[in-house]
Amino acid sequence: MKPRRVLAIARKEYLQIRRDPRSLGMAIAMPMLLLVLFGYALTLDVDRVPVVIWDQSESPASRELISRFAGSRYFSLKGYVRNYREVERGIDSGRTLMALVVPRDFAGQVGSGRPAAVQLIVDGSDSNTATIAIGYAEGVVQTYSREITLRATQGLGGRPLNPPVEMRPRVWFNADMESKNYIIPGLIPVIMMVIAALLTSLTIAREWERGTMEQLISTPVKGPELIFGKLVPYFVIGMFDVLLAVLMGEFVFHVPLRGSLLLLFVMAAIFLVGALSMGMVISIVAKNQLLANQLAMILTFVPAFILSGLVYAISVMPWPIRLVTYLVPARYFVALLKGIYLKGVGLNVLAGEAALLLVFAAAMVALANFQFRKKLG
Amino acid sequence: MINPQNNKAVVVKDLERRFGKFVAVNRVSFDVAKGEIFGFLGPNGAGKSTTIRMLCGILAPTSGSGTVAGFDVRTEAEKIKAHIGYMSQKFSLYEDLTVEENIDFYSGIYRIPPERKRERKEWVLEMAGLREHRHSPTSVLSGGWKQRLALGCAILHEPPVVFLDEPTSGVDPISRRQFWDLIYELAGRGVTIFVTTHYMDEAEYCDRIGLIYRGELIALGTPAKLKTELMQEDVLEVHCERPQEAMEQISNLRGIKEVALFGKGLHVVTEDGAATAKLLRAVLPEKGYAAPRVEPIAPSLEDVFVSLIEARDRAENNQPAVQA
Repeated sequence: MKPRRVLAIARKEYLQIRRDPRSLGMAIAMPMLLLVLFGYALTLDVDRVPVVIWDQSESPASRELISRFAGSRYFSLKGYVRNYREVERGIDSGRTLMALVVPRDFAGQVGSGRPAAVQLIVDGSDSNTATIAIGYAEGVVQTYSREITLRATQGLGGRPLNPPVEMRPRVWFNADMESKNYIIPGLIPVIMMVIAALLTSLTIAREWERGTMEQLISTPVKGPELIFGKLVPYFVIGMFDVLLAVLMGEFVFHVPLRGSLLLLFVMAAIFLVGALSMGMVISIVAKNQLLANQLAMILTFVPAFILSGLVYAISVMPWPIRLVTYLVPARYFVALLKGIYLKGVGLNVLAGEAALLLVFAAAMVALANFQFRKKLG
Repeated sequence: MINPQNNKAVVVKDLERRFGKFVAVNRVSFDVAKGEIFGFLGPNGAGKSTTIRMLCGILAPTSGSGTVAGFDVRTEAEKIKAHIGYMSQKFSLYEDLTVEENIDFYSGIYRIPPERKRERKEWVLEMAGLREHRHSPTSVLSGGWKQRLALGCAILHEPPVVFLDEPTSGVDPISRRQFWDLIYELAGRGVTIFVTTHYMDEAEYCDRIGLIYRGELIALGTPAKLKTELMQEDVLEVHCERPQEAMEQISNLRGIKEVALFGKGLHVVTEDGAATAKLLRAVLPEKGYAAPRVEPIAPSLEDVFVSLIEARDRAENNQPAVQA
């Protein structure tokens, strides 16, 4: 590989990028836009669940239970209803996600120390949210009933009775359980994967389409010189994008970065080389800008988004899908970034992921060089 | 060079290229001497570009062999690429780069030594007449300028053999003339020029010509030789009164194949020039055209090629009938 030729190609590519403000704008603005869009929209927190109340009891006891719901930050009271039809309408229209029905005999049962039942009707169409909302409601009701028991025992003159087993949960790494804290570090790989592949997917196909490649392959330039020279400017843009994303994580989303920034950038560099080379492979194989662009989009976005462990935990996927995730490079980078960001761990823990990321990058570089032919037809 | 004993820049033997069932180049053999201007002529789709691409090492031949600058086209394509300059049919420099940036790019690709870089760049700018436009984007240049710049970039490294694929198509006549001046200048320095064209006047500028038709080489030689030896018919020039009228009178005479108006006279294509001349000198005065001048003339290259191609077509049309 001759440095002069690599340099000549890198310089030419840089000039072409600079003269094409649209693609440069896309390269810089798109990651930021995606980060903002997904960062805010893709919240997995279940918060302020809308709830309507049908209070048949209309007693101090029922009002106290309802006030517990009203006071909780997990629920948002959307009003009172008087029959099931209204409940149904509320859920159908999406105005409410759940309904609490307090039966007529509620106060009597509670007052006499007999178990009372309240009904919870939940919109199960989003089962994930429903499960979490039911959990919240159970918590509220349990706290309320424990207090009644306590009051009762105190009223009888006994010592306050502690429940026999009490769980004291302690959440590590993301103590407030805010989903943005792991969504943002996970989004960076997905966005970088798409942007990087899109950036390079056009570069070789364009030269074939415009006929400049025919001139280039008649010179002594070597395939690796061409590929490497083309990678350089896009690598710089990609690293700039990573820097932007990290800065946005810090100052826009306030995601704590507990691990090594250096390790983060080294891993990002390896990942970028792989993703850019993958775009290059697509460009070499497609030989047509439109096809290359679409291929790059399909081959990167969907797998990176769904199979990287960003949205769905890989450990709970069925095993055939789990096997497929090993082919998704974003998976390793997502794991690495979550580790670095949230757990603050280093290579001693993440060596496996780092090694596989390196394998991916090396394989893509090799494939690009292998696929490129200095021949027509 | 690997074979110092031979003075051939290009040697081709039975070179063939197929695309699926289609035979683009059909067992072509020829050679080009060093320093020669070799013209490759033929209609569109005849196989000119396919041949040139194989010789440049960017298209693999299906069979046959060849050497360019002493290197094998099948096994040493990359070595060939260091010793040739190639200008493809389509303008293939970067339109979004300036004149100077394009030159600098190819200067880097060919690894021109730093001490020669400036000098070569100025030479290209001078040669292409682009000194004042060095900072202009290539996209705004006229066709003639683009061609000269493309040539300049292709010969930055001073290759001994240069391949030009229809370099003057779509260029105005003055630019074409200027371009040929450049080709002569290069040839004068001992550079071998392999040029394809479908302009007959350009063919006359070549030292030797190969005519390719439907993938086959059907004639090879100097323009003079092609005109004298390969034309099966003779051409007579006839000057007489009222030529248009006379044309109708003589077109059916024995031996005459074609009569056409040509300037103030007539061109008569015939199987036997001497016999027809005698006949015309007798017949024309009889019919009232006094004192005709009838002289045998050399056919133009165009006459030759049309005649050769028609002969070829006739032969091919007869073949299936013979086989059946």
